[in-house]
Amino acid sequence: MHQSNYLIIGSSHAALEALAAIRVQDPDASLTLITRDKHLPYSPTVLPYVVSGRSQADNVSLKDQRYLDEQQVTYISGRSLISIDPDNNSLILDNGEQWSYDKLLLATGASPIIPPISGIDTTPFQVLRTLDDAIALRKASSQARRAIVLGAGLVGMHAAENLAEAGLEVTLIEMQTQVLPGYFDPQAAAMIESAFSQHGVSMKMGRKAVQIQPQGESGCSVELDNGEVLDADLLLVSTGVRPVIDYCIGSGINTEQGILVDDHMATNRSNIWAAGDVAQAQDFYSATKVVTGILPDAVEQGRIAGMAMSGDPYVKPYRGGIPINTYCFYGQQAISVGVSESSTDSEADSSEQNSIEIRVDADIGMFQKIIFKGDRLLGISAINAPLDPGIMWQLILRRTDLGPVKKEFVAQPLETGRRLMSETWR
Amino acid sequence: MAIGYNSITFNQDKCDGCGDCMRACSQAKAGSDDSVHSRIQILASNDQRSIELAMCRQCGDPKCVSSCPAAALSKDATTGIIDWNADKCVNCLLCTVGCAFGGITYNAAVGHVSKCDNCNGDPACVKVCPHGALEYNTSGSIYSRVGANEDLFVPGLSACQGCNSELLIRHTLRNIGSNVVVATPPGCIPGMGTVGYNGKTGTKVPVFHPLLTNTASMLAGIKKQYNRLGRDVTMLALAGDGGVGDVGFQSLSGAAERNEQQLFVCVDNEGYMNTGMQSSGSTPAGSWTSTTPVGKAMQGKRSDAKNMAKIMMMHNCEYVATASLAFMDDYYAKLDKALAASKRGFAYLHVYAPCPTGWRFPAANTIDVCRKQVETNFVTLWEFTPDQGLRFTRSTDKPIPLIEYLRQLGKYRHLDQGQIEHLQRRVDNQLKSLKAFELITEAS
Repeated sequence: MHQSNYLIIGSSHAALEALAAIRVQDPDASLTLITRDKHLPYSPTVLPYVVSGRSQADNVSLKDQRYLDEQQVTYISGRSLISIDPDNNSLILDNGEQWSYDKLLLATGASPIIPPISGIDTTPFQVLRTLDDAIALRKASSQARRAIVLGAGLVGMHAAENLAEAGLEVTLIEMQTQVLPGYFDPQAAAMIESAFSQHGVSMKMGRKAVQIQPQGESGCSVELDNGEVLDADLLLVSTGVRPVIDYCIGSGINTEQGILVDDHMATNRSNIWAAGDVAQAQDFYSATKVVTGILPDAVEQGRIAGMAMSGDPYVKPYRGGIPINTYCFYGQQAISVGVSESSTDSEADSSEQNSIEIRVDADIGMFQKIIFKGDRLLGISAINAPLDPGIMWQLILRRTDLGPVKKEFVAQPLETGRRLMSETWR
Repeated sequence: MAIGYNSITFNQDKCDGCGDCMRACSQAKAGSDDSVHSRIQILASNDQRSIELAMCRQCGDPKCVSSCPAAALSKDATTGIIDWNADKCVNCLLCTVGCAFGGITYNAAVGHVSKCDNCNGDPACVKVCPHGALEYNTSGSIYSRVGANEDLFVPGLSACQGCNSELLIRHTLRNIGSNVVVATPPGCIPGMGTVGYNGKTGTKVPVFHPLLTNTASMLAGIKKQYNRLGRDVTMLALAGDGGVGDVGFQSLSGAAERNEQQLFVCVDNEGYMNTGMQSSGSTPAGSWTSTTPVGKAMQGKRSDAKNMAKIMMMHNCEYVATASLAFMDDYYAKLDKALAASKRGFAYLHVYAPCPTGWRFPAANTIDVCRKQVETNFVTLWEFTPDQGLRFTRSTDKPIPLIEYLRQLGKYRHLDQGQIEHLQRRVDNQLKSLKAFELITEAS
């Protein structure tokens, strides 16, 4: 049986943050990273840029072998976790290897959801979650003329833009009536959507694919719920991701959509933590636990998990997940921190009223929406309006009283935020 | 791998918001006066009462780097600068989510994020600041330079918590190296165990414990013997202000007059702090000590301190300088010069050493007290050589009010307005006198 004091399953942001935090506290203990991926650590977030060619597939590693050597990390790639036996602090990999650990971090991330559309199992399609996916999609797009993208989330939107810019005829199909739901309200989403339309992407909003059929060697035809039939040489399924938790079966680890964790990222079983896209942790706005699946949260959670695992006395509890998104499209910038629609705030017991401040300048494509609860910031979203999202995140997390500066904040969130930052964090 | 880094420091109290720094940055980085290009952003506070700052802190544990999916940001282990790699950046703006300081921001005019890079160690903003509000603090590089040198004192000296003198002697010997003989006359420095206990020394180089009265003359004799043997060994005295200015003065004055080859460091904690906090010739007027108590008949020391550094300057030594550990780069520069001068003749360093125990202030505040001493001009940083005369190494313009220094210290808690005004006059007069020497320097 193999043994490691610290065992981390996964190799992206949460795993790497935990690694760094552990090494601060415990430089000498054995530490092993096991990942199902075959590459050095990279971020799923960079993949659309690998597809577009802006990033080179061999130049996106978050850490190189030298770093791993310096940190005395054993890095095992191409191996996935099959099952865990928490009673014996051990687990089994897909090659039958058995590992025992003192502390285990599950940072296995997420994998694409394949929607149950009739015919999808017999039709060739692409997904975009791994570096190999990105390389394959880049290759496929160079040989295709028409592409269909299923799902207008971040991955689908990035991919649709890249494919269209590469000269493909692109159709984007989204079940909901707006793009990027959850990050932007319908008004902002419409502005983003129209930029896509203007650049020649055919936007099929509020439409469902009901039937998919293969066509030729790698092509397909997709039938929509209104009877329309679309043909393409490339089909990208980007209808969301779900946490990879299949190995939890039989382990007694509590799961819902993801692995349930407390405010130190600990699971219900001793010596096991979870962080990043796989974790279901406290929501900031409500009493529920949520899978946020965003990079800044993975960093935060990974850091907390690593500190907790190594007994760092300075560990602070997780303050709750907040949706954050920065999104660039066709040279424009969209930023969203916190809630984007008043109704998604579920602090229903509060006596304070929500208020919303919206500014729109259609001529320059500017949009700014600020949601307050009383004098506290709940969320801010903006298109082509400069913001420091890191400062906005802190203002929400700290529940900073904006009462004395509310007017200035609404007029100039960038400058007012910086002033508040400087005064508060000095 | 460096262990300390140089950094731009912002002194909010000195900033009037003129914006010269932003224009200089925009010019340096984009050849434009438009402050949108400036990586330093100065803003009036929301109540207009203070000036606030948004710029990159070059964090030790940078969240922007952690949040970058493309490995476009990295902290340079040698310079401490967080570098941005244009070729790797994918414009996702996630770094701006990581930063809570507004230190890395999207610049729509150029279409990518930008952040401060300290201008490769020569920041344009600092150079143009007319108020001294921005400074380029290079003390960090000292730690990188000497960090690997051996600490020539044993661990576990029994100095009081927060002792400035322990910090001073460890730095000093680390920089001087092991080719040295150290004399520590009675005072805190031998008292904390440098000369050792029970037959073992607390110093990894030859050290001895002269009388208060003969430190300089003993070093002079040892030096002559080494010279006779043809060995170039540094003679170092680490003496308190009593061992320098009171009972130790005649041998010191004699050695300085004979221009003996030695480096004499005065660690000035303004009194006999090792033996129960009695007053010395260095104790400033108004100070509480156990021999200048506060009561009905007396309100602390009645007479002023003598300015030992100035007295040593009048000996026309090879090198004389004052120093404060709040300005470590300044101290190191002077230590190097003093060491070189001690090969030719007598070198004297007067280092101000606030004492948490005897002066009654929290141990964590030592360096801040050191800094306030200098920022109020209560002490001034200067150096002197016979050929070049006196030169201030830190500007004495725009001091902060003396009360900012006095109110940090328990030994001044009882001061009345008259005593405060007396001390202020003393500070002003000392400065006037030293500036007169500086004028002579400039005239020649």
